[in-house]
Amino acid sequence: MSGLLLLEDGSRYSGESVGAPGISYGEAVFTTSMTGYQETVTDPSYTGQIICFTAPMVGNYGVGPERCESDRAHASGVLMREARGPQWTRWLAERHIPALSGVDTRSLVLQLRERGAMRAALVTGQAALDEVMAGLSGFPSMAGTALVDRVSTPAPFVHARSGRARVAVLDLGCKRSLLGCLARAGAAVTVFPHRVEAARLARYDGVVLSNGPGDPAPLLHEIETVRALLGQVPVLGICLGHQLLALATGRQTFKLPFGHRGANHPVLARRSGRVLVTSQNHGFAVAADDDPAVSHISLYDGTVEGIELPELEALSYQFHPEAGPGPHDARSSIAAWVDALRPTRRRQALAQAA
Amino acid sequence: MIGQACEFDYAGSQALKVLRADGFRTIVVNSNPATIMTDPGFADATYIEPLDLDGVADVLGRERPDALLPTVGGQTALNLALELDEAGVLETLDVELIGASVDAIRRAEDRELFRDAVESVGLRVPASRIVGHLSELEGVSLPAVVRPAFTLGGHGGGFVETRAALERQVETGIFESRIGQVLVEESVRGWDEFELEVIRDRRDNVVVVCSIENLDPMGVHTGDSVTVAPQMTLSDDAYQQLRDAAAAVIRAVGVETGGSNIQFARNRETGELRVIEMNPRVSRSSALASKATGYPIAKVAAKLAVGYTLDEIPNDLTGTTPASFEPTLDYVVVKFPRFAFEKFPGSELALGTQMKSVGEAMGIGRTFAEAFLKAMRSRELDAGSPTPWPRLVSIPDGVHSWFVRELESVSAALQRVTCVEDLVSDDWLALKRLGLSDAEIGEQCGLTEQETRRKRRAWGVLPSFRRVDSCAGEVEAASNYLYSTWGEADEALPRSEPRRVVILGSGPNRIGQGIEFDYCCVHAAQSFRELGYEAVMVNCNPETVSTDYDTSDRLYFEPLQEEEVLAVCERERPDGVVIQFGGQTPLRLARAVEEAGYEVLGTPYGSIEVAEDRGRFGELLQRLNVRCPEWGVANDARQAATVADRIGYPVLVRPSFVLGGRSMRVCYSRREVEAAMRLGSEVPTLIDRFLEHALEIDVDALSDGRETYVAAIMQHVEEAGVHSGDSSCVLPPQSLRPDQAHEVAAIVRRLARGLGVVGLLNVQLAVSGDAVFVLEANPRASRTVPFASKATGVNLVAAACRLATGRRLRSLGLPAERPPDRVSVKAAVFPFARFPGSDPVLGPEMRSTGEVMASAADFPTAFGKAERAAGRPLPSTGTAFISVRDADKDAAVPIAAVLAGLGFRVVATAGTAGALARAGLAVERVEKVSEAAGGRSVLDLIRRGQCDLVVNTPQGSGARTDGHRIREAALAARIPCITTIEGSSAAVAAIAGSQSEVAVSLQEGIPSYAQTA
Repeated sequence: MSGLLLLEDGSRYSGESVGAPGISYGEAVFTTSMTGYQETVTDPSYTGQIICFTAPMVGNYGVGPERCESDRAHASGVLMREARGPQWTRWLAERHIPALSGVDTRSLVLQLRERGAMRAALVTGQAALDEVMAGLSGFPSMAGTALVDRVSTPAPFVHARSGRARVAVLDLGCKRSLLGCLARAGAAVTVFPHRVEAARLARYDGVVLSNGPGDPAPLLHEIETVRALLGQVPVLGICLGHQLLALATGRQTFKLPFGHRGANHPVLARRSGRVLVTSQNHGFAVAADDDPAVSHISLYDGTVEGIELPELEALSYQFHPEAGPGPHDARSSIAAWVDALRPTRRRQALAQAA
Repeated sequence: MIGQACEFDYAGSQALKVLRADGFRTIVVNSNPATIMTDPGFADATYIEPLDLDGVADVLGRERPDALLPTVGGQTALNLALELDEAGVLETLDVELIGASVDAIRRAEDRELFRDAVESVGLRVPASRIVGHLSELEGVSLPAVVRPAFTLGGHGGGFVETRAALERQVETGIFESRIGQVLVEESVRGWDEFELEVIRDRRDNVVVVCSIENLDPMGVHTGDSVTVAPQMTLSDDAYQQLRDAAAAVIRAVGVETGGSNIQFARNRETGELRVIEMNPRVSRSSALASKATGYPIAKVAAKLAVGYTLDEIPNDLTGTTPASFEPTLDYVVVKFPRFAFEKFPGSELALGTQMKSVGEAMGIGRTFAEAFLKAMRSRELDAGSPTPWPRLVSIPDGVHSWFVRELESVSAALQRVTCVEDLVSDDWLALKRLGLSDAEIGEQCGLTEQETRRKRRAWGVLPSFRRVDSCAGEVEAASNYLYSTWGEADEALPRSEPRRVVILGSGPNRIGQGIEFDYCCVHAAQSFRELGYEAVMVNCNPETVSTDYDTSDRLYFEPLQEEEVLAVCERERPDGVVIQFGGQTPLRLARAVEEAGYEVLGTPYGSIEVAEDRGRFGELLQRLNVRCPEWGVANDARQAATVADRIGYPVLVRPSFVLGGRSMRVCYSRREVEAAMRLGSEVPTLIDRFLEHALEIDVDALSDGRETYVAAIMQHVEEAGVHSGDSSCVLPPQSLRPDQAHEVAAIVRRLARGLGVVGLLNVQLAVSGDAVFVLEANPRASRTVPFASKATGVNLVAAACRLATGRRLRSLGLPAERPPDRVSVKAAVFPFARFPGSDPVLGPEMRSTGEVMASAADFPTAFGKAERAAGRPLPSTGTAFISVRDADKDAAVPIAAVLAGLGFRVVATAGTAGALARAGLAVERVEKVSEAAGGRSVLDLIRRGQCDLVVNTPQGSGARTDGHRIREAALAARIPCITTIEGSSAAVAAIAGSQSEVAVSLQEGIPSYAQTA
């Protein structure tokens, strides 16, 4: 069956449908990571997005349960130059993800690079294109859209029972790799829904603001939560969590033209002068303007990749130190954060409460 | 800086470029004249000197540089750096070793130190032990792999399954190793093999430039493997594990700045990992990785060595991102090795841990299969040549099932095509997207390539061109590096110059067509750019400078096949296509290019055809009143014998249209002629009168069609009968009288005019008595062009390009025709040691894979230096073994006399000993191999290291003759073994008459370089 990608500017890309049938809408974005297709599609941060893989062939090594970054697939659609089945394409179909193979992905990438990420519709089989186009123009654009509610856990759960320090994760669309990294670093990890009260989180030794999808600016409740935590408990923000930390401390965020998505982005750690090759997936970024708190910058476009607020015991990374997929260069920064947590804090807090 | 060969020429010239741009005074030492890096314009001082301790120490002493960069010059350079350090040269001269410290080099190269380093970061190498003696093999489990320390291309190593094989391999390996050690290790045969190209800077930042997956699993040397980049079969988790391991290893070994290649074996089922090897330097694989990704590893490594960090070096292709941005690929690259087994009859076709390929071709496509098929057909195999993986369907054992499925689906799709008429646009697109060529589709349907193409084009199915930009399109890149694919948009590039030329390269290196032609193509690109043209390069050899995107205005990395070349021409609409410089490869395409309506620049193709067609060439010679040896053409053995009888023996028998003298034989009788014809195929065969004891002369000349400039007259040291590519050659000629030289020049002028040459002309002549004969003429760049250019100081290619654009010879301002003051010798380098079983004797079939050059004030000194540079240093004293065929017995006397006079102990077998004794020489008789009993034969002498020089002219070549075994033993013992009388005379003269001489750079030696460079 043939399929079509329709972009909001009217341009079209054809392909062969290899996933689920149907029509889906989303923001068309591309990732340059050469490995980790399954991790990418199950990453909640891709909610509401149609992912174009620049990797020439996708699906080569099949699928495996250990490669899921969450309990389901989140991407609205998948575009590939050359899909390889049957495992991968069957997996997509079973998860109701429309997917096209044989797409001129490079042309699409060049177009998105030039004109910015766009709303798009992925259509398989026969469909009335004017209706699809109408649906497309009614689809909300990514800027201003809050998506966390769709991916955050409905109820708290424990990921790792024991550890040297107790860590609470504010789930904004958290990847399993992040939880795994925290646990391996020696933390006991509990995950909370995004609407949790700050007071519950503040009782932990440290709070992680997870990654997640969408625009950070409309997440007023979560921003308030972060503001309440600052100074109370050490905070580590990752990706969307990083953006929330920035917003909570009076900084601004903005939408990047087509985002950073890949596994090869170099980031300069300003203090050490070291370069980290990082995994990235974000469409929004923190505005810098000579901010002394900026600890990491992108060597690709100079945007903010990390902030450090020692007086508030808070730091955050725009990139993904937990990888999954991507290089492990920055994983040690999560371990270092866990190591620095003072397990006594909880007892002090309990004592004070009593 | 020290350099080596093709891929290292690419690395070296890149490094020179950036270091000079940074304001460093650069000095290059390399013995290979066919390299771009040794061009006088590339460095501030260029020394074409032997790459041995003395040669390099000499240069260092003269130049007193601040630092030595050995990491872009391959294993030779690294070994030399260690030798220089051990000898205290670096310390005495206060030269800093940059790129890799001595400690790091040792940790990477010494097996035990390497194992310790790897284990210190929690990784494993295959279980192993170091063996320096056969007695230490107790308890080794089989199968095992034997790897000698410090050798080129895994030289002297191998996979063994039996006890006897183990002992044999260990013995050779110990011999081959510079430190007399081999490693006997756990066999990981059948595991998957991966390589990572890693770069580290002085701040400990590490990036992985490229992952490479080998199709042939462990057990086949990676140089002989079909490889693919990026890796295709590993999940992110598995790949990141390799990435982490690679970073840990480069840190543990302590390569502080620069690139390394790290090889891993990975068990396909269990995921177990072993670190196999690390090269703490730019390697063959890194040249491939550079071309595969567009990331210039050698350039970056050189900048890191002088103190930059990865975030400070910009990426050339994007201009905006730094070198710390790891390349990401939106295409697939496949490398195919090019073998030359047909040249080494008697050697086994099997691949192992010892590298046997002589070149490589790379294909780029949007899918694995597309890239694979492009690389496969880029090999340009001669019909019927034995090679591993000859066709798509002949998939070797052990290849990962993913690749097998991909390739089988292509075969299946091709099988389904029965009639081209049935195909509609979508079918064509589907077939082309699989990577199938018009020729392959046509063959399936019994149609010619051209007819097939016509059908396809009628459906509007045309290729599109994509850029290699190192970032999968994420960053805007002004990249000029392109490849073709199907069914996609074309990335149009602005054409800045109104005029442009397409230069066809020389494809994969092979015997008879190597780096010399790449040198010519690179110069052609430079010259046309200087002349105001856009230079567009088409080539598929990843090792070369011509496929560096810096060399031309646009680089099309494409197979040098009719289909792809015409597609490039159609897109570029060039003012001319340049076919003179890439050897035979472009010539094969010339007719198609002309028929498609493009102009061939310079000498028209018709002239080339005249020169190649013996009949027409013979008529031309007659018309010009130029002599050639009598000849005839035969189609079978009977005809051949008749022709040979007519023209008289000995005769030279050779198939027409061949490269490097393939299947050429000298025959002394009717019986031999018939035998030679049976070896060859059905192609028309040329039979020439073979001129014995003639002086062979090679001339490189330039012509504008009217006037001719005889740039270089060279004399072959070995006489006609040894292939010109294998013969040593000297410029100016040492035994040509002025009147003979004058006549040679006059003949060349007549020929140039008669052929209508516009550009380069190479003529081979034989001088016998007072007569001068023309053997052949090639109106194009020859193998000797780089040597001749460097020896005379005239850039022949630059001049030829100017002529091709219509300039007159006299407007070029060339220096007067006159032999240079210094004597230059070119000597061939042979790969015999890689092909056990094949006879290392020189003959009409070319077998050398490289060349070296040396210059000095006199011939003996230059010859001695050239032999040193070729890795065959002549002894100054010791024992010389002489055994010559009957015809050479008289000529052997003066050679033996000089040796005896120099204090050599002369030993000989019965016949030769008798002849020498009769001439009054003191000679010891030694037994022939076949007469030997009890360890008294010459073989034992050689094996025990009691012989320093072997002179052995063959009675007849062939398997297991005495001579063959002697030559093989000498080869294994690394004793100079000379198989011709002329070569022996030159060697003896060199031993007797070599002067010690201070190294002189090209720039000092030849003042005219100042003008032409």
